[in-house]
Parts: sequence; structure tokens; C-alpha cells
Amino acid sequence: MVLRVCRAVLGPDDAEDAWSETFLAALKAYPDLPPDANVEAWLVTVAHRKAIDGWRADRRRPVAVAEVPDRGRATEWHGDLWDALRELPHKQRLAVAYHHLAGLPYREIAAITGGSADAARRAAADGIKRLRATYTGEETA
Amino acid sequence: MNFDALPRTDDAAQARLHARLVADAEREGLLDVAYRTVDTPVGSLLLAATPLGLVRVAYETVGHDAALAQLADTVSPRILAAPRRLDATARQLDEYFAGRRTAFDVPLDLRLATDFRRSVLVHLRDIGYGRTESYAQVAEAVGNPRAVRAVGSACATNPVPVVVPCHRVIKSDGSLGRYTGSPQAKQTLLGLEAA
Repeated sequence: MVLRVCRAVLGPDDAEDAWSETFLAALKAYPDLPPDANVEAWLVTVAHRKAIDGWRADRRRPVAVAEVPDRGRATEWHGDLWDALRELPHKQRLAVAYHHLAGLPYREIAAITGGSADAARRAAADGIKRLRATYTGEETA
Repeated sequence: MNFDALPRTDDAAQARLHARLVADAEREGLLDVAYRTVDTPVGSLLLAATPLGLVRVAYETVGHDAALAQLADTVSPRILAAPRRLDATARQLDEYFAGRRTAFDVPLDLRLATDFRRSVLVHLRDIGYGRTESYAQVAEAVGNPRAVRAVGSACATNPVPVVVPCHRVIKSDGSLGRYTGSPQAKQTLLGLEAA
């Protein structure tokens, strides 16, 4: 689930870095996790923070990267769906991924991304509407 | 909305990520317990090791999941399937079951056994391949001749059977007595060593 969410939010390449950092952080924190914790929501929260770190690092990175070094990964899914997700406004992409792929309720999404549950619900709905318009995968599948 | 283009499971990616997590965890000193399984004539054995050494060998009859849960509770929840730390143990078990090895040479972490039981386990390592001792003899050897039943418990709760040969302890009348795996497993091990 976490890899799927990371892929939807970050794309095929950066997703694996985020996944790795998420689970390493989880391993560090694990003994302190309360026994009644919602592990999935917690993992998404950690992944979200790692992704934010990634975006910050991205901004510091030189803009024009002519060629991404081939790290022998993530040839599994590219193409139309990621192209469509990448075009979504950031908030919509997060809300879509956290609700429709991670299965989190809007209340928890709001706790992770900030804002209200209603705003998260609207962002997910707008995101899905836009995806339906730009991504034709389900019609051709 | 259809997200099928994003696979729910991706075995190749998961395997790659798992290997990377194991390497990262090892580098950061977070891999408290590494485990793998090996197939043997006495069934699949779960092997688990801390950085100090082999900490658990569990028969299927005990339940691999139960053994891992116990490790999570008593040693650390930082447990990953990481075969490499157990390569030497697995290789030596293969050689043992093929009749080509008579003693194990791997570091042990006996933290799952408390003081008296640990002293019994230490003595068991001195009972050579193909030999047996009675529970009473072992009790005497560890300096507590009346603790025959406690020796029985120490053998029955041996956290690292096969490698620490509790199967070489039998009853004074020659019958096999209890064993952590199954009576058949004890028979198989003693039969292998008698051949």
C-alpha cells in the first residue's frame, strides 16, 4: 500500500526513495509506537513527511537535469496514469492518493496535510474529476 | 476512477526495496533480529540471529510465527527477513543433515534462556556427536544432581535446538523423553548421528 501511495504522489522514480526512508524511519520508531496505533495512517504520515523533505531537496537541486541516472528501478509503471497524476495540483494529488489508494478517511488526511476534512474531501473530488478528464486508462482497459 | 495501472502488488519492486531496507537497517544498526527458514529432514526450521549470534531455531511444530512474535516481545520488534546473517548457520545445518558435519561453529546468543537453563545449554554443547547423556547425568554435570526435572525443562525450552544438541539428552531407561520439535524429530536426529 505504501509503495502504491508513494508512486501516485511522487512518481515511479522518487517513490522508492520515499518508501525506503519511510520504512527505515518506521524501524527506528517502531518500539515507541503505541500498541493501538493505526499503523497504515502512521506510515502514510511518515511517508508524507519524507516526501516533503524530498520536495524541499528538489527545490535546491539544479533545475535542468538532462538525464536521470538509470538506477535500474521502476520500469514497472510509467505512462499515462502518472502523467495525469503529475498534472494535478499538489493538494488534489495528495488527497486522491491518501483517500483512494491508502483508504484514509478525510479527517485523517486533513490531520496529515493540514486544512479541514471538507477541504480534503473537495480536493479529492476535484482531483478525481480532473483525472477522469485527462486519463483514459479505464476506458481503454 | 480506475487505478489499475498502479499495481497493488509489485513483487520485483518489493524484493528490491526489502533488500535495500535490510542493507540500510544493517548499516544504521537497526537490524536487531534477522531471520530466514531452511528446509531439513525434520521440517522447515526458522533461524533467527541478533548481531551477537544465533538466538532462535524453531520447529514448525512450535510455529514460526509464534517464534517471531516471541522474539518481537522479548528481544526487539526490529525484525526483518535477512538471510545473509544466517548463511553460515544454514550451510552448517545442510552439512549436518547430509552427515558431513559433527559440530556447529557459529556464535550463539543465549539470552532467551535464563541462568540455570543457560548453564545446561552450555554443558549440552560438550556432549559429542552420536553420544547421549541422561537427564540425571546432565544435572550432575551442571553441579545440581537433584535438578533432573529442571534439566528436562531446560532441554524442552532450548531456544536453539539442533545447534545446541538437547536431542542428545534421553531418559535413564534409554527412552527418548520430551523434545521441542517432536519425538520423531528427536528420533531422526539421533538416527542420523548413529549412522
